[in-house]
Amino acid sequence: MTATAEAPRAAARRPEGTRRRALAGYLFVAPFMIVFAAMFAVPLIYAAYFSLFREQLVGGNVFVGLDNYARAFTDPAVWEGLGRVGAFFLLQVPAMLVVALALALALDTGLTRLSRFARLGVFVPYAVPGVIATLMWGFMYGPQFGPFAQLAEKIGVGVPDFLGADLMLGSLANIVFWEFTGYNMVILYAALRAVPGELYEAAAVDGAGQWRTAWSIKIPALRSALVVCMVFSIIGSFQLFNEPNLMQPLAPTVIDSSYTPNLYAYHLAFTGQEYNYAAAVSFVLGLIILVGSYAFMLATNRRSRS
Amino acid sequence: MTAIARNVKRRRPKRSTILTVGVLAAAAYFLLPLFWLVVASTKTSEDLFSTFGLWFSGDNAFFANVRETVTYDNGVFLRWMGNTLLYAVAAAGGGALLAALAGYGFAKYRFRGNRAMFMGVLGAIMVPATALAIPTYLLFAQIGLADTVWAIILPSLVNPFGLFLMRVYVEAAVPDTLLEAARIDGASEARIFFQVVLRLLAPGFATVLLFALVQTWNNYFLPLIMLNDPDLYPITVGLARWQGQAAAAGGASGDLIPLVVTGSLLSIVPLVIAFLFLQRYWQSGLVSGAVKQ
Repeated sequence: MTATAEAPRAAARRPEGTRRRALAGYLFVAPFMIVFAAMFAVPLIYAAYFSLFREQLVGGNVFVGLDNYARAFTDPAVWEGLGRVGAFFLLQVPAMLVVALALALALDTGLTRLSRFARLGVFVPYAVPGVIATLMWGFMYGPQFGPFAQLAEKIGVGVPDFLGADLMLGSLANIVFWEFTGYNMVILYAALRAVPGELYEAAAVDGAGQWRTAWSIKIPALRSALVVCMVFSIIGSFQLFNEPNLMQPLAPTVIDSSYTPNLYAYHLAFTGQEYNYAAAVSFVLGLIILVGSYAFMLATNRRSRS
Repeated sequence: MTAIARNVKRRRPKRSTILTVGVLAAAAYFLLPLFWLVVASTKTSEDLFSTFGLWFSGDNAFFANVRETVTYDNGVFLRWMGNTLLYAVAAAGGGALLAALAGYGFAKYRFRGNRAMFMGVLGAIMVPATALAIPTYLLFAQIGLADTVWAIILPSLVNPFGLFLMRVYVEAAVPDTLLEAARIDGASEARIFFQVVLRLLAPGFATVLLFALVQTWNNYFLPLIMLNDPDLYPITVGLARWQGQAAAAGGASGDLIPLVVTGSLLSIVPLVIAFLFLQRYWQSGLVSGAVKQ
């Protein structure tokens, strides 16, 4: 009531109000943006700057232009690491998203018993820090008291060497799969819950069964949520660090200092003191992630339009 | 929110055994390591090696293990837990508040640079952890902040994904008409935010808070490079250090392994409890996040 009565007066003082309101907008975003600038923008600009230098025994810090980047692009250790995280991505992400999608769809049918328990059970690993998850799986993979080794021994088959060179990438993929499938499932499930009920009613009237509904209504409705899950997975996979870093003491000969690009940059900076080159390597990695995510979003956009 | 509540009530026909079995099998896989952890924490180090990992052994050493874990090395475990709690609460609480303020500002105010700034922050999600951590460490070392609690709390205050969620949430939960009415009643912009908006944002705020809490609790890379002083370690770095010592010593220091196991279990209990109790919040918060994406 008051709103309508006061409307003309409010409209009359709009110019001043708009300016004051813009100021209020700046004030609301200022605290976040200031911290963001200090903790994100400044370090990044600083890193971009010192990635153009090289520390030399003679002459100290020398400006070398893009030499560090040229070196990164031709460094076999960088490419080996990138190839490994690429393989890791292909090994882990499709499996994770397919299982997360299947679980979300199954739970959304409402046809499963104990669905609340199942949903929480699948999600609970997300609440477990990645460090703890890796320690746990590391113990379980172990040949001495890991339950898999114990079972294999009992049955009399050879103990698979989960921490050996052949299986390590798969073992790491399993840890990340364990950590993040539930998270992706909850996002997809949440998106499914938001599909308007009328769509299902219409489908039921048209005689569509559960499978048909899932394929023709639910999966298309999950499109944008799936794209988001995928982009986060690209970013996460290529930045792989914690899991191999923690597995290193268990398998020092398998995981070397350039096992993943992030691990390589870390060792360059903190054991080799090659900060300048490390910054260049991590920028190259960031660039590849950016290009990869952007290309993926572009591809899905184009396909949805045609 | 009400539309979603209504959705949930859709009538469902008979149950499916195949789907139930499949979903429960998945849940079993995801719960298996946690079950292993619980079992392992009840064993002495001899039993750990000599009895089957997925079932309890004769005598229960759980309380002895807990006692040993919290008293080892002058109780450094409790110190690490306290540090983690401090870092998580300060960074998640502060970060969620910053994200709520800015999310509201970006969603409800028109000003020059609004969209550009928002997209700039979102783009930051792509930056690899090392690309940021190395220069941050060098800068902090120069101003004497490396190896202090600030080295962990300050960088963790920035939560781009939290900002994204908050903005989506404000758009969904805060009607413009309400803000107009409050303005006409003479409320200042700050008062509108703290007394009207923040209350409407409670579920979204809880979601962002919870996810930020997990992120900080999870933080490993940043403290690994920032901190030298073991007294400042969060639990993740502390346990990784114990694990490294145990692995380096091989069988010789087998005694550390039960400590890593029991410490791992103790360190995840608070988060799991938080997630179980705050279910309604993070689930509804995620719904609104997922819808608008």
